[in-house]
Parts: sequence; structure tokens; C-alpha cells
Amino acid sequence: MSDVLLEVRNLETFYGPIMAIRGVSLEVRKGRVVTVLGANGAGKTTLLKTISGIMDPEKGKILFEGKDIQGWEPHRVVQAGIVHVPEGREVFPLLTVEENLALGAYTRSDRAEIARDRDLVFNYFPILAERRYQEAGTLSGGQQQMLAIGRGLMLRPEIMLLDEPSLGLSPLLTQEIFAILKRLNKDEGVTMMLVEQNAAVALELADDGYVMELGRIVMSGTADRLASSEDIQSFYLGHDTEGARGERRWKRKKTWR
Amino acid sequence: MEVLQLLISGLANGCVYGLIALGFVLIYKATEAVNFAQGDFMMLGAFVTLGLVNPEYMGIPFWLALPLVFVIMGVLGYLLDLVVLRAVFGQSQVAVIIVTIALGFVIRFAVGEIWGHEPQSLRSPLALGDVRVGDLVLGLADVAVIIVTVIMTILLWQFFQRTKMGLAMQAASQNQMAAYYMGIPVKRIQGMVWALAGIVAAVAGILYASKGALDPSAGFIGIKAFAAAVIGGFGSLPGALLGGLIVGVIEPFAARYLPPGWSQIAPYALLIAVLLFRPHGLFAQVRAKKV
Repeated sequence: MSDVLLEVRNLETFYGPIMAIRGVSLEVRKGRVVTVLGANGAGKTTLLKTISGIMDPEKGKILFEGKDIQGWEPHRVVQAGIVHVPEGREVFPLLTVEENLALGAYTRSDRAEIARDRDLVFNYFPILAERRYQEAGTLSGGQQQMLAIGRGLMLRPEIMLLDEPSLGLSPLLTQEIFAILKRLNKDEGVTMMLVEQNAAVALELADDGYVMELGRIVMSGTADRLASSEDIQSFYLGHDTEGARGERRWKRKKTWR
Repeated sequence: MEVLQLLISGLANGCVYGLIALGFVLIYKATEAVNFAQGDFMMLGAFVTLGLVNPEYMGIPFWLALPLVFVIMGVLGYLLDLVVLRAVFGQSQVAVIIVTIALGFVIRFAVGEIWGHEPQSLRSPLALGDVRVGDLVLGLADVAVIIVTVIMTILLWQFFQRTKMGLAMQAASQNQMAAYYMGIPVKRIQGMVWALAGIVAAVAGILYASKGALDPSAGFIGIKAFAAAVIGGFGSLPGALLGGLIVGVIEPFAARYLPPGWSQIAPYALLIAVLLFRPHGLFAQVRAKKV
């Protein structure tokens, strides 16, 4: 396929002696939203950190627009066009909303364009425009998440790596943020790689999906296919498959075990 | 009148403490390391200026030498980070503390070897002598020191607020990981913070030398500046300056109104009191992270 933007091949990453990623391969095509689902400790965050250069892999390749970016310093990865919106927001707490956004555009120098993108962010997240002179640490959790996403957009990235944007947010706020992500993808054509525990919202937004368990990809396919698969339904979406007597009589086994 | 006189000389001393404390806090915020050689940096900055300006050495006009001093001290700070501190990167805090203390000794003896251990005085345009206004005897150098410090503070403030580099320094100190995610070259920025600390130390050194004689042990006032930084709230730049001013003002008042010896104790007594009752310092910037 010619329009593959990001490709990961046989990636292996260690946390000290612990092998967190055990040979992961996946690809993200331009303009698509790809989600990686998985439980706690499946290695999803590690995967994103390895792509963005915060962690170095032991083996494997990360190809971005055909270039091998494995082992690059994080700021070079950012300059190449990959932006990582980290888990738990990680805004700069003592700087204002506007300064946070300005730092998102740190690697750029075209002032007029930066101002335009800032207006774009304010357009998508009007609450940030309202709070532009407020310190980011005083924002609510949902607003901080919006700021983190907006700050990522300021880089005008080729691809956004989103790490659990729903973490710690109410279902309503999660819906709101995912609706905005959807618009960003449709209207601005932002390619996204989305790591989530909340499979329901993630599969609704995504085009393609992967399921990770214990550092391996155990399932992949289009989001629709994943959403209709029995395994995903019972283990990630929480739909019970009921037995004849109206109760579950045995523990279902995953088909990939 | 007497009070005013004590206040001005105290503030002038406090400015020097405050600028050294600022160096401590700059480096601490950016790299989470405490540079115990900051006082000796100050002394080195003063001696570099003296070596360039004084007629018995190179005799360059003061205002020409000034940018040179800043460049020398800035490059020195950057190189120290690059060569020495990155070598102990990832080691425990204790390793960094010991390295910087050792660095202080090295600077002290190197300066002694080059310029001698005898007290000398800098040909500074700020050393203006005294002026008598009614009952009041004002050291003009003291007033000049205060003015220069105010200007320096405004410049630094503008630097942090208005420039991209200043903003990136703030970002890297508030959330290093997020700074990486934004494409900020954090290590280079930390080097620049060391360079900035070197320049601030040079200013402090020149001010110190304008007020009196200079010898290689002048760096020991770094200890008092450290106390000032803790009193102000380690991690807060305005706190460091204000802490310096408080320590500076307390000293002459304690010397005048309290029994002899108390003026040496006073700053540290205050330090202990602050640690007991406001452990984050008087002007701390702490805010819990929202999850």
C-alpha cells in the first residue's frame, strides 16, 4: 500500500528486564484513525513512547513516510511530524493556556500560520479561547485534555498519537472530546493513532483497530469487524453472551489463546 | 535616618545574595540539581572581570569588557553542563552535589593560582564612594547595586515572558516529559540554563566586587544565598530574589540592634523558622496536579 504513513515492524521494547512489547507490527494509513485497544499493562503506552522516541526499542523498525526513525531523539521525531499527546494531559501547569499552545508550535517559526492554527484550535475548543490567559494548572481535567490535544494540533502534525484521551473524564466529556476528534479527522484530515481502554468510544471513532495483550497484537481488522467480533464484545465491550438458562455457565476462552 | 541607611546597605547586600540565589533556583528548576558552586561562580565572574578590566592585568575599558565577561561565563556554564554534569546524569542527587562542591573547590584554587589569594578591588564604574545627604551617609555603590539588580530582574522577567527560549526553559522546568513531547530539545535548553546562571553569577560578582574587596574565598557567601533561596521557596525565581533581600536586610539590623554575634546567626535562624513553619518557603509556587 502506497499511502502508509506510519509502519511499525517487529518492535521489541524493554522496561529494564521486563519485555513490554514483544514483536509488534502495525501500520497507519494517511487520513485514517487507528486505535490500539488493550487492558492495563498490555504495552500500549510503551508502544506510543517508543514511536515518539521517548523510549528506545531493542529490536525492530519504525518507518515514518518511508524513513526509519527508530532511535531518533524525541525532538527530531516531533520535527518529522509525529506529535504525542501523552496520557494524563501533562500540560505546563504554571503557564497560561496561550503559552501552552505557543509551546506546541515550538518547532515552527511561521508566525502568521501559527496564529491561524491557534484560531483553529480556539474554534474547535471554544472554552480554551475563554480561558486563554488562565494558568493551565487551574483548568479542569477535561479542559486540560482539550488543551493537550490543542497543543498537539499546534504542531500541525502529520500524525497524532493520542494516549488515553478519555482517562479520568466523565462519559459525557469523553463523548464531547471524541466528537471533536472525529471532526478533526474528517475536516482537517488529521491522521490519528489512538490508544484506549474504552473500547466502545474508540471503535466508534476509528477506521481500523488492533488489540494488544501482554505486548503482542492478538487481533486486527477494520473497526466494524472488531466491534462485531464476539471476543471483543465480551471482553472489551462488556456484552454478556448468555447461556440457555439465562446465566453464564462457563468462563469463555479467548479464541487467540 | 539610621534605619534608612541600614535598609539601603542591607538591600544592596541582599541584591547580591538574591542574584546568587537566582542562579541556584534557575539550575534547580531546570535540571533538579543543586549547583553548590554557584557562589564560586559569582566569585569567578568577579575575577574574570577584574582580570580584564584592572590596569595591572589587561586594562580593557569596563564597558567593552562587560559583554566579554558575559560570553566567557555563559560559555563556561554551558560547557560545565555539557562536560561535567551530563557525565553524572542518571546518578543520584548526592553525586551531583558532590561534583558541584568539588567544582567550587577547583574554581577557588584555580582563581587563587591565576590572580592570587590577596584581596583586590575591581575598577568598577559602580564603586562611587559615599555621599552625605543631611544626616544620611549613602554608599553610592549600594544604590547602584540596587538599581542594577532591578534592571536585571526586569530583563530576566522579559526574557522568560517574551522569548521563545525563555518560554521553553519554563516549560522544560515545569514538565520535562511534556517538553520532550513538544519537540523542545530539553538537554540543549538545560545547557542554556547553565549559561544563563553563569551570566547571572557574573552580574552578582561584579556587583559584589563593586561594594568592596574581592578574594577567592568570596564564594562562601553562596551558603548564605542558598539559605536565601530556601527561605524564598526553592523553585520560585521571585522567591529567590526576595529571600535574598530578606537575608540581606536582616543582617545589618541584627548587627545594630541585637547583641554581637547575632547578625551571623540571624539568616540561619530565619531559615530554620521557615523550614519549621512554611517548609515550601515564603513564596513557593506549588500546585497539585489534577488527574
